[in-house]
Amino acid sequence: MSSAASAGALAPSRLRRGATRTGARIFVDAAFSVVLFVGTIVGVVALATLIWTIVDNGWARLAADPAAFLTSYVSRLPARAGIKAALVGSAYLMLLTTLFCFPIGVGAAMYLEEFAPRNRVTNFVEANIANLAGVPSVVYGLLGLGVFARFLRMGPSLLAGALTLAVMSLPVIIVTARESIRAVPESIRLGAYALGATKWQTVRRQVLPAAMPGTLTGTILALSRAIGETAPLLVIGLPIVIFTLPNDLRDPVSALPLLIFDWTSRPQPAFAEAAAAASIVLLALLLAMNAVAIFLRNRYTIRW
Amino acid sequence: MTQGRTQVSQDEEQRETRLLEVARGKGVNGRAELAEAVFRLDDVHVFYGRFLALRGVNLQINKNQITAFIGPSGCGKSTLIRCLNRMNDLIPGARVEGKIDYHGQDLYGDGVDPVEVRRRIGMVFQKPNPFPKSIYDNVAFGPKVIGMQPESMDELVERSLRGAALWDEVKDKLRQNALSLSGGQQQRLCIARAIAVEPDVILMDEPCSALDPVSTGRIEDLMEELKRDYTIVIVTHNMQQAARISDRTAFFTAEAAPGSGDRTGLLVEYDRTDAIFTSPADKRTEDYVTGRFG
Amino acid sequence: MSIARRKARTGERVIVNALFACAVLSVAVTIGIVAVLLVDAVAFFRDSSLGAFLTGTVWAPGQGSGEGGSYGVLPLLNGTLMIGVGSLAVGLPLGVLTAIYLSEYASPRVRGVLKPTLEILAGIPTVVVGYFALQFITPSLLRPIFGSERVFVFNAAAGAIAVGLMILPIIASISEDAMRSVPSSLREAAYGLGSTRRQVSLRVVVPAALSGIAASVILAFSRAVGETMAVTIAAGNSPKMTLNFLTSIQTLTASIAQTVSGEAAAGTVRYNALFALGMMLFVITLAMNLISARIVRRFRQVYS
Repeated sequence: MSSAASAGALAPSRLRRGATRTGARIFVDAAFSVVLFVGTIVGVVALATLIWTIVDNGWARLAADPAAFLTSYVSRLPARAGIKAALVGSAYLMLLTTLFCFPIGVGAAMYLEEFAPRNRVTNFVEANIANLAGVPSVVYGLLGLGVFARFLRMGPSLLAGALTLAVMSLPVIIVTARESIRAVPESIRLGAYALGATKWQTVRRQVLPAAMPGTLTGTILALSRAIGETAPLLVIGLPIVIFTLPNDLRDPVSALPLLIFDWTSRPQPAFAEAAAAASIVLLALLLAMNAVAIFLRNRYTIRW
Repeated sequence: MTQGRTQVSQDEEQRETRLLEVARGKGVNGRAELAEAVFRLDDVHVFYGRFLALRGVNLQINKNQITAFIGPSGCGKSTLIRCLNRMNDLIPGARVEGKIDYHGQDLYGDGVDPVEVRRRIGMVFQKPNPFPKSIYDNVAFGPKVIGMQPESMDELVERSLRGAALWDEVKDKLRQNALSLSGGQQQRLCIARAIAVEPDVILMDEPCSALDPVSTGRIEDLMEELKRDYTIVIVTHNMQQAARISDRTAFFTAEAAPGSGDRTGLLVEYDRTDAIFTSPADKRTEDYVTGRFG
Repeated sequence: MSIARRKARTGERVIVNALFACAVLSVAVTIGIVAVLLVDAVAFFRDSSLGAFLTGTVWAPGQGSGEGGSYGVLPLLNGTLMIGVGSLAVGLPLGVLTAIYLSEYASPRVRGVLKPTLEILAGIPTVVVGYFALQFITPSLLRPIFGSERVFVFNAAAGAIAVGLMILPIIASISEDAMRSVPSSLREAAYGLGSTRRQVSLRVVVPAALSGIAASVILAFSRAVGETMAVTIAAGNSPKMTLNFLTSIQTLTASIAQTVSGEAAAGTVRYNALFALGMMLFVITLAMNLISARIVRRFRQVYS
């Protein structure tokens, strides 16, 4: 092995770019960077296009008379159709869904993280929850139809809809609550035990309050997904054409995504505009909820 | 009782007897020391599952004294101190054999509630762990959950903070978050929190090892005052600290059983602090305190 | 100074039991889903044989109660698979490229913008994405490229692209997590040998993160299979055995949506067919999720 040749290969003049990277290699590196950038940008552009399409199609309809749009019921004439029943219905559904799934979800998370013994039963429950998180929303709709609407005779009502959405959101809430509880350092629990607090006192007065900001954030995000869900409500049979607001849990109720689905499926272009306008309202609602969640997270999360 | 004991030579047997006498308060020259015992440990072994972490501990902790546990890492000092308030119960597989007597009652007897134990025997941890709440709520938490109903919680909080030499620094910001305090202040807050429940004993597991020297000094001064009202047991890696502040010192080490790689902790020597540091009876103690190992 | 046990804290025992009940409720949900699907699916197979269901190539529910229709599921499976594979064709490359970019190339500032963008994309309700597919993807993208005569108003391609956009964030975020958790020591070793960023990304990071990427793909496929609204709106309701992406098809989920939008009285063949389809969906997605979890578990050990 000639030392002169190897020394030459490592000479300082050969440290400049391109010494061992051939032209072809440099080109491939640059091309790859371009491909990466393009690949990433496509997603962003798609999102921008989507939002632009919605706003472009629906803004005129919404801005023309927002009050009327928000406070009118549906109609066969697209110009007169409004989202009142659907909007109010979605609001009621969201409130009721939260009422059902938040306490139960947080309770389950507390149990699994703090009290459950490490045994087969616990493992089974945990695996079960993980699987439930992956079940398609339309199957939850079938559950709602078979059990709540038909078997328990609730019919296509606010109660049935909320229970279905609650059951669907439950696994997500449990997972997010568990993560928040787990993030509370063990030293806090030890400090409480050392003072003579019982396990429940420790969980209730130290662990849970510390885990609350993260739990609330995750819950709001989960619920904002639930609000945009159509399939479960469609399968239960919630109405689209309805001219009353619900007074009772057993009353039928409509929902915004259902309405958007119906209007989108109609051939008249005016309905397409109405659908876009309703979509703007729905997106604005989601934006508001997410903004609240992020605000909560940034303001109240404890930095250990 | 002699199961598991390796063969002892005559020398060792004599030494063991002397150690027992000292442990039982007989003092260096055999004279009984006038000290009321808070804890009496009799042949205590601690297991984690099948692993023997600590064996054959015999000693007595006396009232209103500072007792220090010293020794190299891994010899069971923290394990032992956690047994004294049954915090070791929280570790799965942990088991205590032998007898730990607390004011004449078996600490691990039937019907003994660990929660009640911990209300009387408090603990301060190595890394300060204040709750993510206000300073006031940190101190008030203990009394509230154990059902103390003081005439004035404000007064109890102030008393506790004074007792931890922290009152002057925080009296104007009681509602501020405890996490905004410095490390040394946080640790003193943890001490205040511990004394708010009016315990009998305060256990301290390396309370100053995460602190700077100035804070360490302040806490050491504090402990001198605290021992007037409480019995204190402290685990420390800092020999000079033990020598400075403790009344009695117990030196532990770890030795592997023949044929096994696992090292088991054991109590080598337990005596008045000045004896341990100036005229230790055991060579291993002497090697450690003179810095020849550890 | 007695340290004997105080009176058993019955209050605490009750609370812990209540928390346990919350956790076990999730098992009740699973039982509910399985029961509801099973009962009516079995009723369906009494009227229409399982064999004909699994091998029939015509899905044409009879009028009214559905008697006398053909219930071969293959066209629906065909449609579902087309959407599944098609959406992966869109989402997989874009998602992985985005993940590589985020993990290996992007500055923290760019990440700070891109990651929320992906989350927003993931949060768009499926009806809105369906609207976008119908109103933009088909007329403004597919028709100009492939010609208006060949591209149906409702077509599989639009559905596949829409679902692809929906699963892109799943693949991107899970793959990115997998890539970021590749120990930097591996990268440093490669850089130290003079590798370029492209080489490190493609030859070191991606192979090391492969299990995470695979898991994300399976999860995304499962999500695509379960997707209902976007495909119902964009891909149509014509069950057929075809591989032509430019024509209309029907997926399992769209068929469910179509049936419930009509009048299907309980107990009829038409109604029971819903649950047979639901059962099939549930089994497919469950299998996918279990496989995905198994992959993650098996390969996580490599680094622990």
